[in-house]
Amino acid sequence: MLIFKLAYRNIKGAGIRTWLNVVVLSLAFVLIIFSQGMIDGMNEQIITTMQDTEIGGGQYWHHLFDPYDQFTIEDGHGELPVKLQELVNKRLATPMLWVPGSIFPDRRVQAVVLKGIDVDQTIIQLPSDKLKINDKNIIPALIGTRMAKQTKLKIGDFVTARWRDKDGTFDATDVKIVHIMSTLAPRMDSQQIWLPISTLRQMIDGKGHATVLTLKKDIGPVPIVDKWIHRDLNYLLKEIRALIKSKRVSTLIFYGILFGMGLLAIFDTQVLAIFHRKKEIGTLMALGMGRWSVISLFTLEGSLHGVLAYLLGAIYGVPLLVYTSTTGIPLPEITDEMGIAMGSTLYTRYGIPVLLATMLILFLTVVFISFLPTKSIVKLKPTDALRGKMA
Amino acid sequence: MQDTLINIHNLSKHYSIGGGQFSALKNVDLKINAGDFMGLVGPSGSGKTTLLNVIGALDSPSEGSVEVLKLKIENISAKQAAKLRKEKLGFIFQTYNLLPVYNVYENIEFPLLLLQLSSTQRKDLVMQALEWVGLLDKVKSKPAQLSGGECQRVAIARAMVKKPQVVLADEPTANLDARNSHNILQTMEKLNQLLGTTFIFATHDAKVIGYLKRKVTLIDGRVEEDITLPPRGPQC
Repeated sequence: MLIFKLAYRNIKGAGIRTWLNVVVLSLAFVLIIFSQGMIDGMNEQIITTMQDTEIGGGQYWHHLFDPYDQFTIEDGHGELPVKLQELVNKRLATPMLWVPGSIFPDRRVQAVVLKGIDVDQTIIQLPSDKLKINDKNIIPALIGTRMAKQTKLKIGDFVTARWRDKDGTFDATDVKIVHIMSTLAPRMDSQQIWLPISTLRQMIDGKGHATVLTLKKDIGPVPIVDKWIHRDLNYLLKEIRALIKSKRVSTLIFYGILFGMGLLAIFDTQVLAIFHRKKEIGTLMALGMGRWSVISLFTLEGSLHGVLAYLLGAIYGVPLLVYTSTTGIPLPEITDEMGIAMGSTLYTRYGIPVLLATMLILFLTVVFISFLPTKSIVKLKPTDALRGKMA
Repeated sequence: MQDTLINIHNLSKHYSIGGGQFSALKNVDLKINAGDFMGLVGPSGSGKTTLLNVIGALDSPSEGSVEVLKLKIENISAKQAAKLRKEKLGFIFQTYNLLPVYNVYENIEFPLLLLQLSSTQRKDLVMQALEWVGLLDKVKSKPAQLSGGECQRVAIARAMVKKPQVVLADEPTANLDARNSHNILQTMEKLNQLLGTTFIFATHDAKVIGYLKRKVTLIDGRVEEDITLPPRGPQC
């Protein structure tokens, strides 16, 4: 009880020194928790964005289709079986048809994948409704901003598209760019041109054909269908999760640096404060305070600084953390160009276990670095401590 | 016959400096009685502060025996030493060593908190000590707001508040002007007479020596002279 009373009196009496200490500590706490939330949010958002814009709740692939083998695209499509067509009819899935081809923008040839999509789909975030036009003589086409940049195509431009029909004969037609979309997913943008699936099916004479069937998110159990391979989220996210895992080392280094910076701030304030008070420690011992009482007093003071720092941090940190997790942090365009489907806004994420663990580690660190130097100072003879001799 | 509070026999204190050894005290024999108002006098480096520290259980003897209030300093644990300082000894330092974040009242109250006295007892004793040193009007002041003389008076009040048997004062007037020095010394002399507290000074200040009843001169760690001084005449 006496130690609590003295610690409270010391903290109160130290005035501005206490508050400087608490402000620095709280900044370190908030910065570390915020950066942790940013890294977690980034990882989570990459996966969420990929689901929203590309893979939905999973996919069916035509058994001959392999997205990593360009040569399989030509034959990797077929008519949707009844069971899968039922999912499409119930709006639980949307088909996509992939056809390899070329376009000729500005008298240059460029290999592309012509991709057919249902103009009324709402399963993935792609403005396919822009492909709905009234003029039946025009084939509408949708491209992404990256593709527009690569080909210098603009809205209203016509471009010749060439493909092989089902007999392997080259065919060509002009398509009109009706919309340039800004998509978060580079894999839905670069080197591809989106057409209404009904038009593309006519172009290759493949009634009811599809390459990929993308399922609605959280669809639940799905049927097993012959010649169509179900790819669940575990499979489709395998690569991105591996990427995140491989990045974990660099993330840990980044986190370690931040943590180190925070700890340095804590170390600076706590340890220097305690070493600065060597003479005071000597005086306390000369006045009859026992060694463990001195250690307890200074450790308690450090711990109370930690508690105050959490309270202060909560005052400005909680609104900041809530704001960044709800409104988000705008990201510069450069992150889009890095080829990561992350979105224009980063939403920080704070998992309760991680948050509590981080807070606990930080708090224990403060306690530890309050305890350690005091312990070494009280090991000195009181005469040495009174003289301010180094421990 | 007066009670012997402190009995020092054949005390030596050595320090290792570099590769060699330095002897701060050499075969010191001394008896200090209850109610003494004595000074350890000598030039810098003569061993005054070292002897004071050993008596105060802040340091331990290298050789010999030091018995303070029936406790052998060479044998006591750190815990026992802390208890002795807390209950029986008072310290006055050259640089006051007040706790900077506490006000005058809190600084003087501190030793009583360690003794776990009730708040009423503490208040009574602190007010009494403030009255002895004439600082009743500075109760709320922090050390930084006080003059050197006032700080030393607070330090005296802090040392005296628990009414210790022995007060150890290391160069208590070194940082004070003549007027303040005399004020401080008169206060301590008054408390010595009022409470019978034993005062031991480490000093080479002639003003302090003028107030002593007994003077022990140390030269190079040895007791060169131990004399009882005649009582002071009336002050002008």
